[in-house]
Amino acid sequence: MKKTYKCEVDCANCAAKMEEAVKKISGVENARVNFMTQKFTLEAAEDVFDKVLDEAVKACKKVEPDCEIELA
Amino acid sequence: MTKKQKKVRNRILVVLALFIILLVCDKTGLFDNVPELVRFVLYLIPYIIIGYDVIRKAAINISHGQVFDENFLMMIATFGAFGIREYSEALAVMLFYQVGELFQSYAVGKSRQSITEMMSIAPEFANIVSEDGKVNEADPEEVSIGDVLLIRAGEKIPVDAEVVEGESFIDTAALTGESVPRRVAVGDQVISGCVNGEGVLKVRATKVYEDSTVAKILELVENASNKKSRMENFITRFAKYYTPVVTIGAVLLAVLPPLFGQMAFSDSIRRACVFLIVSCPCALVISVPLGFFGGIGAASKIGVLVKGSNYLEAVSKASTVVFDKTGTLTKGEFKVTSVAPYENAVSADELLKIAAFGEAVSNHPIARSIVTAYQEKVGEAALKDMLADASSKELAGHGIVSNYEGKELLLGNAKLMTDEGISFDLAKEVGTAVYVALDKKFIGSIVISDVIKSEAKDAISLMKKVGVKNTVMLTGDRKETALDVASKIGIDTVESELLPADKVAKVEKLLTSEDNDNKLVFVGDGINDAPVLMRADVGIAMGSLGSDAAIEAADIVIMDDDIRKISQIIKIARKTITIVKENIVFALAVKLLILVLGALGIASMWLAVFGDVGVAVLAILNSMRALRLER
Repeated sequence: MKKTYKCEVDCANCAAKMEEAVKKISGVENARVNFMTQKFTLEAAEDVFDKVLDEAVKACKKVEPDCEIELA
Repeated sequence: MTKKQKKVRNRILVVLALFIILLVCDKTGLFDNVPELVRFVLYLIPYIIIGYDVIRKAAINISHGQVFDENFLMMIATFGAFGIREYSEALAVMLFYQVGELFQSYAVGKSRQSITEMMSIAPEFANIVSEDGKVNEADPEEVSIGDVLLIRAGEKIPVDAEVVEGESFIDTAALTGESVPRRVAVGDQVISGCVNGEGVLKVRATKVYEDSTVAKILELVENASNKKSRMENFITRFAKYYTPVVTIGAVLLAVLPPLFGQMAFSDSIRRACVFLIVSCPCALVISVPLGFFGGIGAASKIGVLVKGSNYLEAVSKASTVVFDKTGTLTKGEFKVTSVAPYENAVSADELLKIAAFGEAVSNHPIARSIVTAYQEKVGEAALKDMLADASSKELAGHGIVSNYEGKELLLGNAKLMTDEGISFDLAKEVGTAVYVALDKKFIGSIVISDVIKSEAKDAISLMKKVGVKNTVMLTGDRKETALDVASKIGIDTVESELLPADKVAKVEKLLTSEDNDNKLVFVGDGINDAPVLMRADVGIAMGSLGSDAAIEAADIVIMDDDIRKISQIIKIARKTITIVKENIVFALAVKLLILVLGALGIASMWLAVFGDVGVAVLAILNSMRALRLER
């Protein structure tokens, strides 16, 4: 399953670091933090998606406390 | 400016004022008799106002084990400056760092906005007409297939649909870059994202929003920047090493020279701080995707969709362009290209009339094209009159036998003429020839062939001009026809009489002679050539407005049929790559220069901040050039 969320991030390098961190989470098939479109895309298996997403948001916050991911 | 940016701006203005006052006091000697501690506090207050968020972030990141974080490095650099009692230096560094960050985020926001605005083809609403005639405004996503929609002048067509009432001109510019409006009437298909020009249209939805052209295009463009180019990957990897290396360099620079008694600690720490300031790779990391984003934006302006930065990078190195003939170089429709009466037996018009009369009953594409050619000359009514007394019979594999004004009429290929013992002249034109005989006497021939697109010749010569070395045409057609088309438009190599599977093999063979700096581009119409589109380095699909299969299989999609856009897209790609390269080289050069000057003690921390921020801003401005089109 692949989903895209709005994501506010201030610097390009931070976006790259967030992406890096999310990709390391187990269960993540692919992830992309797009600085240009300010979007966060996560790919993970459907049954664990919510759990993975939760971890991904935490990981992003850890790398870049200022980032904002809208889960709506 | 966003709220966040405004807040930072206000803080900057306040601190800038305080900084000037403090600086004036310092320079005029007002602080000469003030105790050190008071001076420290006086500088610390504005420092905290401007830098508290940096320090907060640095602290949080440290607790998460993120050592090489730019906030942390900034904090260390300014603390270092405080440590060696360079208070004004510390404040200035933090102040200008924030100015730079603000400017950077503003510039990026602006450029992002201008690109997304340009791609603002998304319809905002749909007017659904209910059965009792009431019009309800709804979200395009709520439209279901079969709904009747009202589109007023100036409104966007929300979903792909068919016109059921009204007539109008629609503007497809946002999708195709084509500035001439298209006329539509009842029964015509209209594509979402186009703007209705003047009249009021009623249309019936044929697709839901998600499957409509506009949604597909938006998804493509949004995802385009997800496919990273090689350069982007390189820079991201480079940034990962750059920061730690420079930071370690800073530590060594701070510690080693004083240990060997070469320098005082205050001096070495000052130099190390310069290192820390330029250790953030942001200017590099941002300039690459921003440049590509601009390039993709520029392409979509002329109606070309590029599905990823990597394809833009590849197409910039295009050296071989392979075309599928039918539908790409030719229109894919058969037309009468020559009407040649035999030795003034009849006039050309007469010959066409006789042939049309005989062929009128047949549904064969050749027959249809002869009838169409006649119809264009005399109009539909005259044709119908004539058809009333036509009594033709088809001779499978040969042609047609009929009766024209009491004489036996034979229409068909060379075999038919030979079988009937009629002597005839072979048609000189390339194409499919139909020979006509009246009462067993040859009266002339008509040649039907696929029509070459009027812009094909231009397109090829434009491609040569931008440096395409080899142009290849693949076709399932006969050799003579293929060679004829190729010589007319200036194609270098021709491969004819190919089966669909052969095309893949031919492209694969061509691919082996390509390398990293020479890419193979395949151009097809997206019908039947999906495997080849995928196999090529870059697959370009043509005229695919509304064709999902082509959009899916291709890497680059030309929304209208104009193959001249291939040379334009190569130009845009080259310009984008140049800009990105400029950014990388320039940013690296400035950083390196500051590092060297800093190590030698020539560059102050001020200069370092200015250099670092300045190069980032210049890179952003330079990237915006990619968005501009050259005519």
